[in-house]
Amino acid sequence: MPAKKPKLAVFKFASCDGCQLSLLDAEDELLPVAGAVEIANFPEASRRVLRGPYDIGLVEGSITTPHDVERIRHIRKECKVLITIGACATAGGIQALRNWKDVKEFTRLVYASPEHISTLDRSMPVGSYVHVDFELRGCPINKYQLLEVVNAYLNKRKPNIPAHSLCIDCKTKGNICVMVAKGTPCLGPVTQVGCGAICPSFNRGCYGCFGPMENPNPASLSKQLKELEMGNHDIMLLFRGFNAYAEAFRKESDAHEK
Amino acid sequence: MKNRIIKVDQLARVEGEGAVFVKISEGKVTDVKFKIFEPPRFFEAFLRGRDYSEAPDITARICGICPVAYQMSAVTAMEDAFEIEVDGQLRELRKLLYCGEWIESHVLHIYLLHAPDFLGYEDALLLAKDQPDLVKKALRMKKIGNDLMTLIGGREIHPINVKVGGFYRVPTESELEKKLDELKWGLEGAIETAKLVNTFEFPDFEVDYEFVSLKYPHEYPLIGGRFVSSSGLDIAIREYEFHFEERHIPHSNALHSVEKGKGPYAVGPLARFNLSFDTLSETAKQVARDIGVAPVVKNPFKSIVVRAIETIHAYQEAIRIINQYEMPGQPSVEIQPQSGIGFGASEAPRGTLYHRYRVNDDGTILDAKIVPPTAQNQPTIENDLRLFVSANVDLPREKLTWKAEQAVRNYDPCISCATHFVTLEKE
Repeated sequence: MPAKKPKLAVFKFASCDGCQLSLLDAEDELLPVAGAVEIANFPEASRRVLRGPYDIGLVEGSITTPHDVERIRHIRKECKVLITIGACATAGGIQALRNWKDVKEFTRLVYASPEHISTLDRSMPVGSYVHVDFELRGCPINKYQLLEVVNAYLNKRKPNIPAHSLCIDCKTKGNICVMVAKGTPCLGPVTQVGCGAICPSFNRGCYGCFGPMENPNPASLSKQLKELEMGNHDIMLLFRGFNAYAEAFRKESDAHEK
Repeated sequence: MKNRIIKVDQLARVEGEGAVFVKISEGKVTDVKFKIFEPPRFFEAFLRGRDYSEAPDITARICGICPVAYQMSAVTAMEDAFEIEVDGQLRELRKLLYCGEWIESHVLHIYLLHAPDFLGYEDALLLAKDQPDLVKKALRMKKIGNDLMTLIGGREIHPINVKVGGFYRVPTESELEKKLDELKWGLEGAIETAKLVNTFEFPDFEVDYEFVSLKYPHEYPLIGGRFVSSSGLDIAIREYEFHFEERHIPHSNALHSVEKGKGPYAVGPLARFNLSFDTLSETAKQVARDIGVAPVVKNPFKSIVVRAIETIHAYQEAIRIINQYEMPGQPSVEIQPQSGIGFGASEAPRGTLYHRYRVNDDGTILDAKIVPPTAQNQPTIENDLRLFVSANVDLPREKLTWKAEQAVRNYDPCISCATHFVTLEKE
């Protein structure tokens, strides 16, 4: 009798769907993956739901409602390994911009009848409520990194996901530094690799989709940005993007506010 | 038997997404809700105070399935505010990127999300066990769209190369020409797809919709143009809010759109096809005629066929643009921010997406309004559910539940995952 296949489940919180879509965008690998695991709960792809417990749970999205909190605690109990995927799940996402504002005011701006809306004051990463086994960064995640992480856990080894700065990848690609050569503001020196240094390859500065690298020095980068005649407000905006609530970026954006 | 409720058991299984609720009393449908539980993310609020140049990247994050649509509506709205026109090869490149998104999104929906309903499978992975070659072909067709987006946009989800005024970097002729062989293969695949899905069994169900889409003089609607409707509306994009309004209702975290004085309307493939058939590519028109699909298509279940015809168009349009491409001298038009209001709209795969921004003279966004296609279709989806369930109340529980889900999926809602968990219960 063949061994029972490990069960994989995908869960969504506040997000754009893009990170879980990465799994369906792995066109060459999707059918082999579906052969290796039992896709037990993946609403974006299937109306079939198998009951937990699950061997691997992938969680997309940030926690933004009281019910989300209950739900993620329940999901944690259901999953042997819990992996958060993407900037929303690992840092609160772009919707964490609310964390600096009065969310009631936000609700009034968007909805005519704000009393119908149930929401928390802050958009928070999954890891602030439950233990997370691995956080996969990116807005969106890199699909090959996703396959690597799932593969690693299936084979009980450590995922090979580098945490160094984007600059290393950019140099390896042979890109000319956009900041040094053209004076283009770039978060590359403090941002974790993962995307393949796409923005500098397209003559654009990095805007930090993969969040802070391991041990970043954002204050030093800000100093450099000021030399490019960037004002405090623009530096604040640059750090306060898709990973705004990740600690290193949050502190640096706060330091340049007002 | 007479009193039934079709509903989503969202509390236990799908919180954070969408839901369907249909109440049947004495054999009649008495209540219908297509609920959106996607938690609010307040994009319009936090766009305030951000720089105009951030709008395409920030709004892309509203939807991972159609980020290019958000980027195109955002940049054209900003360019409208600054009174700048981006045309020629830069506009062609934008359309080419958008064709990539149409191909990816339409093929995803046709084969992975919608066809399993018609073929009686719970998902395409189970379908792949019986028909591996069909699903492999679908994945290859879809990948061609993603590859095009990666080449022009840098990556397929949330491309990084779109900016107000054009692009950060434009591709060379030879980079694009390398994609031609696969695109030609995809075009043949799309033709076969249209013929295949046209053989599916469609419920006998038609609705007299008010269709609304963009319309462009000699192009099938994609970026910009005018809003037109099947009842004769013909307005500039900037007049949209005089004719349409959004309402906030208790069961939804999305806003419902209605046409003032008329009510619900439908956007998306059927609307575009019915209002702009003449501007489809030649092959798309020919295949449509060959398989006997012509305007006005009023059966929403046939949207899968129209989506396939639009996929033919997208492949053929991509090939045409590449064949006529000359690399522009500058990747973008220079931008000089000025205070004002800008309006932009484009055709996401699932329907028209409208943006409006007010900016000040240094380019800071003062306020923003975004009307996504699914919000516009939401009242129409509820109307379809009401009519469809009313006409089929005698179907067995399991079948009616599945068909009700399918009726929602006809619209390829951005929360497509939302409606996969419908259960039918006795009241």
